[in-house]
Amino acid sequence: MNVKTVDNNRRRFLKVSGLALAGTGLLMACSNDDDFVPADPDPNPNPDPDPNVFDLGSGNLGILNYAYALEQLEAAFYAKVREGQYYAGTSGTERQLLDDVYYHEAIHREFFKTAISSVVSADQVLPELSFDFSSVDFNSRDVVLATSVALEDTGVSAYNGAGQLIDVSNDAGKAYLGLAGKIVSVEARHASAFRDLVNPGSMDFAGDDILVNLGGTGNSYDKAILPADILAAVGNLGFITTAFTANNLPTS
Amino acid sequence: MNFIKFLDTLSDREALSAKGSRRDSLQQLKDIGKNAAMASIPFAMAATSNSTKAATNSMASAAFMADNNDVLKFALSLEYLEREFYQIGMDTNGLIPEEDRTVFQTILNHESSHVSFFVTALGLSDGDLKPTFDFTGAPGGLNLDTFQNYETFMALAQGFEDTGVRAFKGQAGALANDNTLLTYALQVHSVEARHASQVRRMRGEKGLITKNENTLPAAFSAIYAGEENTSQGGVELSGAFGSLGGDNALTEAFDEPLTMDEVLAIAGTFIVS
Repeated sequence: MNVKTVDNNRRRFLKVSGLALAGTGLLMACSNDDDFVPADPDPNPNPDPDPNVFDLGSGNLGILNYAYALEQLEAAFYAKVREGQYYAGTSGTERQLLDDVYYHEAIHREFFKTAISSVVSADQVLPELSFDFSSVDFNSRDVVLATSVALEDTGVSAYNGAGQLIDVSNDAGKAYLGLAGKIVSVEARHASAFRDLVNPGSMDFAGDDILVNLGGTGNSYDKAILPADILAAVGNLGFITTAFTANNLPTS
Repeated sequence: MNFIKFLDTLSDREALSAKGSRRDSLQQLKDIGKNAAMASIPFAMAATSNSTKAATNSMASAAFMADNNDVLKFALSLEYLEREFYQIGMDTNGLIPEEDRTVFQTILNHESSHVSFFVTALGLSDGDLKPTFDFTGAPGGLNLDTFQNYETFMALAQGFEDTGVRAFKGQAGALANDNTLLTYALQVHSVEARHASQVRRMRGEKGLITKNENTLPAAFSAIYAGEENTSQGGVELSGAFGSLGGDNALTEAFDEPLTMDEVLAIAGTFIVS
């Protein structure tokens, strides 16, 4: 499994963009078919084609549910890490990092659950997702760290891309933007630490392989990626087994 | 050309997930932006006369709320500080051990390009608005052996990076009126956090800030003041995560902002004028 699929997936995402985007089964089924070409996109897609599939929602609610989904994924992954042989064999600061990152992601998850539940009815809160991490060898340090790097880098670019989508026309929206800022730098600190564990003392903690260039000034900026691309990439990881849709998220 | 369109010329299609209108704008302005940026010529300087430059700046002011320009200047000052600090560090023979030079060269490269970015965004030339720095901290009454003692250098590096993270975070709200600028600022902000994590870990600390713990000289406690906050989104969360590392993990899980004044008070220790 190649976990560094964000760039490759963009092309695939574009091919399926005429469909209702799902983070999960539907998307994965389509994305494996490189020859698939969607019919002319429906200019007025059904916003809720299947009432049994949860939709993240619109506006700030949609963004909060989106963040909640990503935090659920991260927390679930690190919970599994802590059950594996790689973790069992670690000690010292490496063990501490794995514990801390699990705590932080689980706290983010619980925070979003609480925050969303406090403002909307239960049926508008993303349910607890199910996961399948069977493709990950949790006994392998290389695999666990590479997957951790991918998840944390994705988190950074996801929050960076979502900031502009938050409606800040009221105080709640301003608070959500502030919270996204409080969390994204923590994800970046995680990413940096995992990257340095993979290749200590190198430039990889903020490497040219993940940073991008703005205005020709050099590869010195994290990516900012919109939810559609993030969900496509996450969907292709195959970890999330609960279907949900993101048909109504803000796109600008 | 107004300032917002100018900012578009800075963006890279691969770098930013752009909406359609921005893509169109980029397409039209691609060559202008590429040429100006690749030659490292600040945009305003590409104008052929001073009067054109003045007109461009005036239009920029009109098109942009003044506080956004203030934020850009604030960011530029911090990036100047960091660039000069790391440049002197790298240029000081015997200061940075060989095994750590890759890390600090990488950080220097990033700070240099951030300077270029904000200089260009403001229509300035490199060096414009640059404060005069004294990294002994003399302006703040200190006498640090910054470039003679690697431990001191490392401590200041951590302090500058953690401050930078909090400083950019504190301006997100002010930039929320312009999605492009907000996104650029976020893209810089998280890179500062990557730097901070790395330097902290090289000093034997966690990459995360636990409560308001300050392992720098006591004079720098303001860099961590407020990081002990346990209330998020109006909800007091202290004690809520006993099985998830407790309040230590809770405060680590959320980085806190600093206001512009708080940051300037910290940076002022190193600013002569």
